[in-house]
Amino acid sequence: MANMDNTTVAAHKEEHSFDAKAIWRTFWILLIITCLELAIGMFVAPQFPHHYKLWFNILYIIFTLAKAFYIIAEFMHLRHELKNMIMTIAIPCLLFIWFIAAFLWDGHAFKTARETLDPRDPPAKVEQKAPAHAPAGEEHIK
Amino acid sequence: MAEALTANEKWWGGGKSPFNVEYGKLMMWYFLMSDAFTFGAFLISYGTIRFSSAAWPDPNHVFSSFPFMGHAHLPLVFVSLMTFILIMSSVTMVLAVAAGHANNKAGVIKWMSWTILGGIAFLACQAWEWTHLYHQDAWWGKNPFTNFDGTPASTNFTNFFFTITGFHGFHVFSGVIVNIIMLIMTIRGTFERRGHYLMIEKAGLYWHFVDLVWVFVFTCFYLF
Repeated sequence: MANMDNTTVAAHKEEHSFDAKAIWRTFWILLIITCLELAIGMFVAPQFPHHYKLWFNILYIIFTLAKAFYIIAEFMHLRHELKNMIMTIAIPCLLFIWFIAAFLWDGHAFKTARETLDPRDPPAKVEQKAPAHAPAGEEHIK
Repeated sequence: MAEALTANEKWWGGGKSPFNVEYGKLMMWYFLMSDAFTFGAFLISYGTIRFSSAAWPDPNHVFSSFPFMGHAHLPLVFVSLMTFILIMSSVTMVLAVAAGHANNKAGVIKWMSWTILGGIAFLACQAWEWTHLYHQDAWWGKNPFTNFDGTPASTNFTNFFFTITGFHGFHVFSGVIVNIIMLIMTIRGTFERRGHYLMIEKAGLYWHFVDLVWVFVFTCFYLF
């Protein structure tokens, strides 16, 4: 019974308005960012040598995070909730920063370990031309 | 219970919901957070393996087909269409939620129908993409594509691609089912009798989450 009361009360209290203008503005922002990403991916990035890839990837990550922000804040309406509520969602997600840093670090460690330790994959070959995973090399990461 | 909440009120003193959201909606948020960690784990493991590889296939080369266009080289065009469909269906979902706020039953029915249509269109696109890749001999454990530098690639590329886009596609599929149930309940007047359309909001949160995950999948597989 108490639970039902809560629901009705919440229904009446949640009166932050959904503004149709804001919805369409978010839509255009998302569309424009996606088009930018694609234009860069299709036309700009192939003009550059492969070692520039990292910088393009950083650019894509910035665009992606911008899109994620708009979807969560506007479409999922989180920006209009109470601050306490926002923080219980946002703070645990900060763990992702560590996850990503730690695992990319790990990936890099695998790579150097394979290059230096695997006798079937001499470092000189790996630098440029060796296959990503010689079938024999794969056992190391599993 | 129904008194207005002022700025100085003690949120945690008891007697009211401290987050000022309905229980079900709060739990939907926490479910989505846990689901975000599941997807995060998938994408991070993909990132780790990719980072540990000396070379990887070029997405511009792998994803360059479009239905009925034969062998025309159209890099990323089809996946842009899929992205557009999903963003669009997210917009119609917000419009359905907004209509629910205004207790506008006809509006909810209209926008939910468009959202369901968008979800089905996305699934159809994904089915075509998977079928096309399967006919190119790409599947779990099989990778016909070479790395960007011409060296043979491992099956890690296809394994991660099919597992992660498959898991996302399954979320889209469940989202479409949930939306269809919501549409039926709206048409039958369940929410009208209840006096509020909060269920539409919860379904909406899930649907936007699916769109959110696609944003990351799109970047990780098609752009990187």
